[in-house]
Amino acid sequence: MTPTPDFLDGNAAAGDLESLFGTDMTMASGQCHGCGKQMMLAETHAYLGGPGTVLRCPGCDGVLLRMVRSPHDMWLDASGLDHLRLPAPA
Amino acid sequence: MSVVSRGFRGRARDALHQLPPGQYETTGFPVLSAGPTPTVPLDEWELTVRTETGAGRRWTWEQLLALPSETPTVDLHCVTKWSKFDTEWQGVSLDVLLQDVESSADYALVHSYGDYTTNIPVEDLLDGKAWIAHRYDGEALPPEHGGPARLLVPHLYFWKSAKWVREIVLMHEEERGFWETVGYHTYGDPWREQRYQGD
Repeated sequence: MTPTPDFLDGNAAAGDLESLFGTDMTMASGQCHGCGKQMMLAETHAYLGGPGTVLRCPGCDGVLLRMVRSPHDMWLDASGLDHLRLPAPA
Repeated sequence: MSVVSRGFRGRARDALHQLPPGQYETTGFPVLSAGPTPTVPLDEWELTVRTETGAGRRWTWEQLLALPSETPTVDLHCVTKWSKFDTEWQGVSLDVLLQDVESSADYALVHSYGDYTTNIPVEDLLDGKAWIAHRYDGEALPPEHGGPARLLVPHLYFWKSAKWVREIVLMHEEERGFWETVGYHTYGDPWREQRYQGD
């Protein structure tokens, strides 16, 4: 029996990311601070449903990004990403 | 007589069940994870307490099980708003683990296998308020719920009850953990609805 993965792909976090950045972030690319892997955010491993949204590197499982939405604030820690690259608005 | 007596106790206990503000009751046991479930072979598992001087105490799995254990029945309150009544655990009280640890630290940062951390005042780990739990509902604690062993601090929101506990670091200055550094409350008292920073 294959264990059920406990994560979804990064597309599952598209709504959370768009609510914070104001644009579709699934085609944004980034580099993992831990292992250097380049990836689209859609390719990351998303852990949802808990206290916040966590995106992890598909290469090393390191935390790339954490997001929390409270009634008053949105919190973001993207220190697990060396950079984020977004397509320029048309 | 005994049936009447059990029924009376049952009603009395139900009457004590109250939901903290903003919570609802669930009879399931939701699994919430911020990362992959670690696999920790029991012959490699260990729990460490490290003090502000760098001194440490370490227990293997066999040593943990050899310590006197308790069987607390407690209510759980998750910050995602579910509460679960009368959960039955077995574990070792932090009073036992910390009794011979020389420390004057006021704060603890709890580390899990994996990269999860959470901060708790030392006084909230003592006086019968916290356990290293290794059995749940009469069975070995399953990995998805934090097995082989997790911290159990039921008077605080359940994110403080770190799954897959590995190390407790005692310190003079409070250092915030995984969720506390992105907006969640530093203390997390469900009865005061301390969900987020500023609550």
